[in-house]
Amino acid sequence: MSVAPTRVVGTPADRLEGRDKVQGEATYAYEYEVEHVAYATPVVSTIAKGRIRSIDSSAALAADGVIAVLTWENAPKLPKAEGELAILQSPQVSYRGQIVGAVVAESYEAARHAELLVRFEYDVEEHDVELRADHPTLYKPGKVNPEFPTDTEEGDVERALEEAAHAIDETYTTPTEHNNAMEPHATIAIWDGPSLTLYDSNQGAHAHRETFAKTFDMPPEQVRVIARHVGGGFGSKGTPRPHAVLAALAARHVERPVKLAVTRQQMFTLTGYRTPTIQRLRLGCDERGMLTAIAHDVVEQTSTVDEFAEQTAVVTRMLYASPNRRTTHRLARLDVPTPSWMRAPGECPGMYALESAMDELAIAAGIDPIELRIRNDPEIDPESGNRFSTRNLVACLREGADRFGWKPGSRRNGRTLAGLGVAASTYPARRRPSQAHARRNGDGTFTMRVGAVDIGTGARTVLAQIAADELAVELDRIHIEIGDSAFGSAPVAGGSAGASSWGTAVVRACRLLRAGDEDEVHVDTSDSADAEEPLAKHGFGAIFVEAHVDVDTAEVRVARALGVFGVGRILNPKTARSQLIGGMTMGIGMALMEETRVDGRLGAFVDQDLAMYHVPVNADVLDVDATWIDEDDPHINPMGAKGIGEIGIVGTAAAVANAVHDATGVRVRDLPITPDKLVGRI
Amino acid sequence: MAELQPIALTVNGEHHSLVVDTRTSLLDLLREHLGLTGSKKGCDHGQCGACTVLLDGRRANACLALAVAHDGADVVTVEGLDHPLQDAFVERDAFQCGYCTPGQLCSAVGMLDEAERWDERLDADYVRDRMSGNICRCGAYPNIVAAIEDVA
Repeated sequence: MSVAPTRVVGTPADRLEGRDKVQGEATYAYEYEVEHVAYATPVVSTIAKGRIRSIDSSAALAADGVIAVLTWENAPKLPKAEGELAILQSPQVSYRGQIVGAVVAESYEAARHAELLVRFEYDVEEHDVELRADHPTLYKPGKVNPEFPTDTEEGDVERALEEAAHAIDETYTTPTEHNNAMEPHATIAIWDGPSLTLYDSNQGAHAHRETFAKTFDMPPEQVRVIARHVGGGFGSKGTPRPHAVLAALAARHVERPVKLAVTRQQMFTLTGYRTPTIQRLRLGCDERGMLTAIAHDVVEQTSTVDEFAEQTAVVTRMLYASPNRRTTHRLARLDVPTPSWMRAPGECPGMYALESAMDELAIAAGIDPIELRIRNDPEIDPESGNRFSTRNLVACLREGADRFGWKPGSRRNGRTLAGLGVAASTYPARRRPSQAHARRNGDGTFTMRVGAVDIGTGARTVLAQIAADELAVELDRIHIEIGDSAFGSAPVAGGSAGASSWGTAVVRACRLLRAGDEDEVHVDTSDSADAEEPLAKHGFGAIFVEAHVDVDTAEVRVARALGVFGVGRILNPKTARSQLIGGMTMGIGMALMEETRVDGRLGAFVDQDLAMYHVPVNADVLDVDATWIDEDDPHINPMGAKGIGEIGIVGTAAAVANAVHDATGVRVRDLPITPDKLVGRI
Repeated sequence: MAELQPIALTVNGEHHSLVVDTRTSLLDLLREHLGLTGSKKGCDHGQCGACTVLLDGRRANACLALAVAHDGADVVTVEGLDHPLQDAFVERDAFQCGYCTPGQLCSAVGMLDEAERWDERLDADYVRDRMSGNICRCGAYPNIVAAIEDVA
């Protein structure tokens, strides 16, 4: 089976909402005009563990413009709320920066001022916020996200390592990282009798509706979530965050609409983060470089509030074959906010370690790192034994080597050392059930309604392109409406599955519309999602990096980065390239600068804003490009596409680290590669 | 204690007289009082550039400007721009989520003016340096530079 030829899909259409965005007319959650709206601001804990002994709200309540102060003593009860969302329900404090109150006021300024006037006395308990490989609370979770076995073991790894011609045994660490989307999480909550409307910055209107309905113990039909434009998410807006519950609680309490945006500082504790990881990698191979042993043992953290078990070593189960293979995950329960989703959770930190280790093994075995990967590219998925729907890692490596001019070896130019690095990238290709609605308007135009959310991916645009092809009309004949839970249920913009899932529903709806006499159709793909042949479905890619290292300051610059991807059919080369280079740019940040440090004494994140937590800026990105090979995968969705939102970040940090090693001979195994880790060693 | 003060300013060519809380930033004045939500709040600390506007002809972080300190000012926000750069941003896909875009645009317009005023050669390195006060977490930087070079 192959995918049908296309006319509009595959063309570099401009973003449909592009004009709105460059004219300041795209409306984000906090920006809806709502009459009689009040401003709420969270009050957060200043201790990491303990109980609230007493609260004095009097000064805050006496301040100009203050309407109410909410704390656990007077907030509406939410018996069904769970985990991080059960805010203001008890005097317990489980991490520093947790929501312990809210001020509601007539103006933003009044709310922010009064926030400082609410006095809390605590019974402080001893906290522990520092992850260690030998942490006493380490335990084996029942599964890792979303439903993978925690550990796997095949063959005899220990023996294979002893008998290997070449072996490496190294530990790699990645720090706490924060998504830091540009738009801070924001919610406007409006109660109308028993019904709740939320303008909310999130990645999934329906997922948020379901969780809100559960949290507030009401039928989902009484909750409407609107998210028409979202200023980035990168996972942090995938599941409802506590501030949104706070906005709804506050609105109910004051019987007025309430708007609330978390501050950039509050984002560090209230909106999720990537868990730090400690990863031991052991690889062994024979004289020819064929892997005989792979062991990947991961230590990471969760909180006392909830369990989040990142699937860091899962990727190691499928990337390379070896008769002896073992993966494990252990969690420490710390007095910290619960880790959450950040772009390619699992794959991203896991591949940093695995692909760094592969580079080290290549050097130990005296084999070119590309050749080592090609030799170990499996025919079938080593974990499941299933065939791959398509797997073009080798083609990506070869194409990239050719385009990039793969010729590793340190070169010196004045006070700069230059080197090249390569790493593989991969990410699952998924599809989830979705609904879509199509209407023939009678004037040659069509309206599509999908509960999708466009967090910057270009979802709106590619869905319209898909519809235009299916209905055999020009792109400007398609009106597309998204970002509203009032439309048919649709999955979250996450897991690189958005376009795949929503697009399939759009195809079905358009085909049904064309086939019948009705002017309006509604489809649901949930009937077909499970009835597929067992195949291993993943996108693959190869990342190439040229690193320049200043011999005096040890500053690392990525002079060039190229990603070559095998990710099925590209729906829109313009927006696809943007997503891929955006992922790679975040990977450069991960490699060189991104880190949220923890203060063990205060139990706090030290880095809490964009002056301390560095993300790449324009001057950090010199020459980053992405391209792809022809690939046509009919097994995931009728468009022949694979998701591309995450694969760009996955291999990039390892490629940078490998390039730094090539340039300097120094292997940094603790991200980020800041100058202090190189200076004096080169 | 809230103190109120009258101010007058011109925004996108339109004159406004209003009484504001002395604590109100220029950014919140635009967004919450004048309904001009094009200028974005990304950090409220002058660290991200999403709130960049043209203040008396120069690019400035509106979140760091107290409104009452700019009585009589002339402000141009993204809503008041009519510049070929806006088309270039769309054509080059110089954004994804669009939240940093108004600030990128105002900043780039200000930068182009600076380069002309100071007679500086505008190449890619110059643009990257001078645009580094505007963070784009989606990572559209190469496209932003290309769009600016298109119109420079």
